[in-house]
Amino acid sequence: MKTTAMASIGTHPLDEYLRADRLPHIWCPGCGLGTVLGATLRAIGRAGLDTEKTVMVSGIGCTGRAAGYVKLDSFHVTHGRALPFATGLKLANPDLKIIVFSGDGDLTAIGGNHLIHTARRNIDMTVICVNNFIYGMTGGQLGPTTPEQGRTTTSRAGNIEKPFNIPRLVAAAGGTYLARWTTAHVRQMERAFVEAMQKKGFSFVEVISPCPTYYGRMNEQATGLDQMRYYRYNSVVKHGANLDEVDISLNGPIIVGKFIDTEKPYLPAPKAKNGK
Amino acid sequence: MSSKGQITGEFFLSGDEACAEGALAAGCRFFAGYPITPATEIAETMSERLPEVGGTYIQMEDELGSMAAVLGAAWGGVKAMTATSGPGFSLMMENIGLGIMLETPCVVVDMQRAGPSTGLPTLTGQGDMMQARWGSHGSYSIIALSPSSPQELFDLTIKAFNLSEKYRLPVLVMSEEAIGHMYEKVTIPPVDAIKLTPRRKPNVPPREYLPYVADDDLVPPMAIAGEGYRFHITGLTHDERGYPANSAEAQDKLVRRLVDKIDKNRDSIIEVAESGIEGADVVVCSYGISARVSAIAIERARALGIQVGMLRLITVWPFPEKRVREIAARIRAFVVPEINYGQMVLEVERAACGRARTILVPHMGGAVHDPETILDAIKQAAK
Repeated sequence: MKTTAMASIGTHPLDEYLRADRLPHIWCPGCGLGTVLGATLRAIGRAGLDTEKTVMVSGIGCTGRAAGYVKLDSFHVTHGRALPFATGLKLANPDLKIIVFSGDGDLTAIGGNHLIHTARRNIDMTVICVNNFIYGMTGGQLGPTTPEQGRTTTSRAGNIEKPFNIPRLVAAAGGTYLARWTTAHVRQMERAFVEAMQKKGFSFVEVISPCPTYYGRMNEQATGLDQMRYYRYNSVVKHGANLDEVDISLNGPIIVGKFIDTEKPYLPAPKAKNGK
Repeated sequence: MSSKGQITGEFFLSGDEACAEGALAAGCRFFAGYPITPATEIAETMSERLPEVGGTYIQMEDELGSMAAVLGAAWGGVKAMTATSGPGFSLMMENIGLGIMLETPCVVVDMQRAGPSTGLPTLTGQGDMMQARWGSHGSYSIIALSPSSPQELFDLTIKAFNLSEKYRLPVLVMSEEAIGHMYEKVTIPPVDAIKLTPRRKPNVPPREYLPYVADDDLVPPMAIAGEGYRFHITGLTHDERGYPANSAEAQDKLVRRLVDKIDKNRDSIIEVAESGIEGADVVVCSYGISARVSAIAIERARALGIQVGMLRLITVWPFPEKRVREIAARIRAFVVPEINYGQMVLEVERAACGRARTILVPHMGGAVHDPETILDAIKQAAK
């Protein structure tokens, strides 16, 4: 019999970014949040951010719990208010690099007004919006991103509302960088995060992410793997896509790619060379 | 803190302008707000003055965002404030609660107007006094101050910043339209004559720092973002590490401290102004503009030979219940004029514990009391 010594729990490349004493995390098996957070932390390293000056702000929800797992100055604030809180932080202390990591409900429903205004002001920060089409933390309710006919605990017969096309919404408001990927596009997502973090102004990446426990189970994609397969076979990469055409429908294609990468004046305005 | 751009001397200012100057003198370098009558002039003054002292003004999309931005700025390391009136104050309740939970020093000014709802936007009221105490959900204690003149708005705005830094919470300045739009002489002392309370910084190396280990006075030192402490804070019930702690025990420990840090320090927080209480049969207990109107009624009552004293609440929360109880044992009745249908009067009645009668002189808002109505109540109380 061959005996292999049990591996000791060694170090993980992302240990320096994680509060290991808070693990295991609360996310369900098959959830995409670990994938997105992993890509975020690797991107922080690749983008060369000074982790002492990098701050994560999250709102409420499953995604909102991310701030509690990162070994950065991190803020878990009220539902929908991550963006205005982050705006205050950034304007008071322009040396900080702000990453807002929150969910579709937090950022586009209860925080929707703050989203369009933060984009309009072009506040220098990176927003990672994890879109799982549903409210997970409260047990699977309809959100403003649930596709038409999508089933949730508050739309048992299928959603009758038209969902937000988040990239079009954000682009209409402002910002300098805009991309959408899914958790099946780990490398592309990570690269987008790096680009977003290095961008001056309001940069925004939407990540389509599985919630098998609620969204998947109620919409015939019962496991995380089913959802990932769906992303794998239905995503269409279209950089610079016409944003009128990136709506997401039930069982329809998901248009992904880098949609906007531009330069615009941003806030807080950089100090001029003469210090003024 | 740089004194560049701060003004000194005697000025003819509105209460709103005096409030803004008080904030600047206190070292406030960030204002986030949303236009609302009758507090707009505070925002206007701050938008003009803050850049002159190296600060930042931002007009937010609503009061939800304003309050959130103020908290963010405080954690970014600056003294921050907002100013609003009833409808905006209602929206701010959400993040005032977050400010209490995260223990965030900042100042919120409520220039009260008559409500409910949109009410009388341009006319005075004092209807938010209980909202100031209880408006956000959950158990907590708060500090709220009530100025009676533009000069006092200047002074108490500074005091509000000092208290917010000392006890680490949003401190409320509960003023009203009548004071905010009143023009009077305001004396602004030289910069070095204004005493400021600095932020309590951590006294341990970053690696050993736990955000909610309190000092002996129950207030924890505060790190700010970007200093290398790598702290996590959350609006969830949390432990001393700042980590979520989902239990009744953690809740008991945290909420008890949040309440106790104010209640056990109440004697050093509370400030009242008294006159003629010794030997009085009747004491008028009031605050803000209503205390000024009461002074006229008291003068007339004294001319009629009634022994009447005045207890003016400068600190309205925590309520000076000990002092009210002492006075209650020695007088016949309290008269409580306020521009609402009875709010602080409930506290007076509670503290008086039946030892003295309590007579409310309500006014529904839109104007100040006619001093004669207060005089009538004093006469009735003296019988």
